[in-house]
Amino acid sequence: MAVRLPPFQALLDEHRADVYRFLVASLGRDDADDCFQETFISALRAYPRLRDASNLRSWLFTIAHRKAIDAHRARGRRATPVEDLPERAAPTGPELNGEPELWAEVRRLPNKQRAAVLHRFVNDLAYADIGQVMGCSEDAARRSVHEGLKKLRTQWAT
Amino acid sequence: MGDMRELEDALRDTALPRGDVGADMAAGRFAARAEDEGLLEVAYGAVESPFGELLAAVTPRGLLRLSYDPSRNDSVLEEIAAKVSPRVLEAPPKLDPVRRELEEYFEGRRRDFDLKLDWGLTRGFFQKILRATARLGFGELATYKQMAEAAGSPRAVRAAGNALGSNPIPIVVPCHRIVRTGGKLGGYGGELGPYIGGPGVKRHLLELEGALDERGRPRLPGA
Repeated sequence: MAVRLPPFQALLDEHRADVYRFLVASLGRDDADDCFQETFISALRAYPRLRDASNLRSWLFTIAHRKAIDAHRARGRRATPVEDLPERAAPTGPELNGEPELWAEVRRLPNKQRAAVLHRFVNDLAYADIGQVMGCSEDAARRSVHEGLKKLRTQWAT
Repeated sequence: MGDMRELEDALRDTALPRGDVGADMAAGRFAARAEDEGLLEVAYGAVESPFGELLAAVTPRGLLRLSYDPSRNDSVLEEIAAKVSPRVLEAPPKLDPVRRELEEYFEGRRRDFDLKLDWGLTRGFFQKILRATARLGFGELATYKQMAEAAGSPRAVRAAGNALGSNPIPIVVPCHRIVRTGGKLGGYGGELGPYIGGPGVKRHLLELEGALDERGRPRLPGA
């Protein structure tokens, strides 16, 4: 049976704020906008062929998740070794309510842990949904969040 | 110090506030980006009319939809997503030509529309009737019976009425120019017959086109 897909604008209206928050927390404001466009372009490209419209939110976050990781990798390739650079501000800014050091630490976490922590605390996703978005089990998602938090605690709480 | 709970709260509290405008601005740029990628298949936006805001939708093939009642916008867009393409985005600049021609028409400066039409929301006999309707000139009236004849099915008068009632592109496909024969049928639309936008709108359009006589009755040739 064919799925009934809502007009794409309805997805954009309903989920743009959450996707954007996730990307800003993940990448900082400067790169979040590009990644936002990439995420929704990729979604729009695949949209007519989508065969299951029951959880469009987690489908979108799956794409945002992959795009954020791509952006992190691209940034890694762009950056010259850190020791050669003068002290460069972490890509945070006045956009976050406070604790820019905490966000800088979050962005330094390994991909899986960073994504899991953000899905949990920025998006309020349940562990089962985090697993779906990241393509792993619920237990693995819980473990990634926990390991991420442990690392953040040692680095941030000093 | 270093308490896990405190850390979790800090993560929750320091994220971007939900009312942040960044997402709206990013989303506002999205339709143009989608168009650059060749992914904008249906663009919609509001256009002004003397009867309030109309919803207009266009595809690369032409004008697909005009709709009178804003309370039905969601279901109109859902129908488009199901029947034409789900790649539907709000993109007001794509409606500029429609907006301009309608404005000229309502101000009495335009008699014929130069807009291309997308018939994608119509099928079979209904489309035949509507295409015949689109060939009627400014102020030129016809009856439901004549339209059924023009579509090659002279006995399908009721079906012709249904086709006109389902017109996805009113005003530009001028179903308001189809009226009843000589007022014999009476009823809620009087001599004018029913209309998607209501009898008041139909009367307004026919007056604008000078198609009513001094008593407000349609000037049907040979009536």
